Amino acid sequence: MITLLEVRDLVKTYGTGEAATRVLRGLSLRLEAGEMAALLGPSGAGKSTLLTILGTLMKPTSGTYEMLRHDMIAADDRALTEFRNAHIGFVFQFHNLLPDFTALENVVFPTAVREGRETPAARTRGRDLLVRMGLANRIDFPTANLSGGQKQRVAVARALMNAPDLVLADEPTGNLDRASAMQVMDLIGEINREEGTTFLISTHDEKIAAFCRRQIEVADGVVTG
Amino acid sequence: MLYALKIAIRYLTANKAQTALLVTGVAVGVFIFIFMSALIGGLAEFILSRTVGDISHITIEAEDRDPAVLIDVPGHVLTVTERGRTRTATLAEAETWLPLIEAVPGVRAVSPQITGAGFLTRGAQVSQVSVTGVEPGRESAILDLDGYIVEGTARLGSGLIVLGRDLADDLALSLGQTVRLQSSGGVTALLTLSGIFETGNGAMDGARAFVSLPVARTLYSMPQGVTRIEIKLDDLNAADATALRIRSLTGLDAVPWTDGAEQLMEALNAQAQTGYFLKSFALITIVIGVASALMLSTYRRRPEIGIMRAMGAGRNFVVFVFVTQGALIGLLGGILGAALGYLALLPFPPRDAFEPGTLPMDITQGSYGLAITLTVIGAILASILPARAASRVDPVTAIGQ
Repeated sequence: MITLLEVRDLVKTYGTGEAATRVLRGLSLRLEAGEMAALLGPSGAGKSTLLTILGTLMKPTSGTYEMLRHDMIAADDRALTEFRNAHIGFVFQFHNLLPDFTALENVVFPTAVREGRETPAARTRGRDLLVRMGLANRIDFPTANLSGGQKQRVAVARALMNAPDLVLADEPTGNLDRASAMQVMDLIGEINREEGTTFLISTHDEKIAAFCRRQIEVADGVVTG
Repeated sequence: MLYALKIAIRYLTANKAQTALLVTGVAVGVFIFIFMSALIGGLAEFILSRTVGDISHITIEAEDRDPAVLIDVPGHVLTVTERGRTRTATLAEAETWLPLIEAVPGVRAVSPQITGAGFLTRGAQVSQVSVTGVEPGRESAILDLDGYIVEGTARLGSGLIVLGRDLADDLALSLGQTVRLQSSGGVTALLTLSGIFETGNGAMDGARAFVSLPVARTLYSMPQGVTRIEIKLDDLNAADATALRIRSLTGLDAVPWTDGAEQLMEALNAQAQTGYFLKSFALITIVIGVASALMLSTYRRRPEIGIMRAMGAGRNFVVFVFVTQGALIGLLGGILGAALGYLALLPFPPRDAFEPGTLPMDITQGSYGLAITLTVIGAILASILPARAASRVDPVTAIGQ
């Protein structure tokens, strides 16, 4: 197995002085390439903070973080932005699509922003991903006209657009009904098996966690199991 | 950055009503800018054409030197130098200079003249006049004599004289009648009234007489040379520079009309300054409008900016999206405002047909290109602050909103 990322002794404190809140308290974790892992734990355990740090959107107060042998703590904003674009995909609880764009335009965004334009190749891959997500008849729909489940599938397609090594999903089914949630998880499992993309999925839902081959429990800012 | 342009356009078209309002606001500012430019420019043109349109833009006169003092005796001597009243300084070699002056760029017309004082006598009526001898064929080179003629013709010739309406009335003269003109040198000529002009200027209409240059030569005993050369330019604002050029070319004392017109120039400058202030206020309004609208847009789109940043959009990309929106708003508003300004100015008469009682709007002085350019620059500057604010949005906080 190849190690995709490793964090050691992560500490994250919000605020200062008496108002300081320590969310991560020396958390360490290693993810192997191709893993499909669920991140479990009660609210306030530090799951979202951990995903944010792993997604290079925030730096920890202390600790180390290496991904694909790159030091994510030392890298500057520009380097992290480029790295994120190439290697990390995100799926948020509330899909967070760009509302004034179509499903296809949302999906090709990560490639277009890197290339400086929507290339024909990017549009073709975007279409393929949407077809794979079962949205062949919604490709050019404005995202405002899609259902919650459809929006979340567009968000999954967008996360996969640049063929990332890691997809971080924060409660990806938390806002969906059971049928839609299972549909999204089936797709995620399929991508993981067929393309070897690593998934780290934060969830409260035991059934969703059961989809994953590994369960990581977080409590009080550390990994407990 | 083609993709950033696409996103900027999409943001503008996503909320058409808001964008239309914003563009209209900018267009109103540009419209005011253009309207003020045309009004201030037209007004200046109107004032200049009414005050200096009929006068010489550059005048060359012979230097009237003081007589030499020839007394040179030992001891203290008190002398008084007094210029002879009848002696007239002349530009003896005027004929030599004329082709040279005519060839100077920007010179529209050159009029060599002999001027002097005289008395017009008809029966018991006597009037003091200022006599101007001009070359036949160049009567309207400086003053538009042809345009002011109300009776007869401006054409001068041997034994002919053209007088102002008031003077002709004072002497009870009508066309074809004769009048006696005596120069300050005592030479008398019997002349026939061939034309009557009316400029509306009392001093001109009541005391000015035009004769041909040969008649003036006889009257002022000046077989050669002239007393002054008057020059008209294509652009009267170029008088200072052209006078300097003529001076260096000929060595003659060429004096532009602006010498001695300080008060007029001050008034015109003050008027221009007022225009600059008004136009600056219009631009400031545009900048504030665009900046506040984009600031609001930045705030409203914070979650989207956060998503873009999470998906790998750099800070510069975000800056470019918002600055491009500012530039597009400025460009659209600028073009719309310029077009509206041009259409609004179309009904006004052209600059050469300004009439008293109407607004002297000069459509050619609308500064359309300048207005659009300044608006785009202003809108870009206005968008920098919101754009920088957008680029500094924390993705984590923004996505969580």
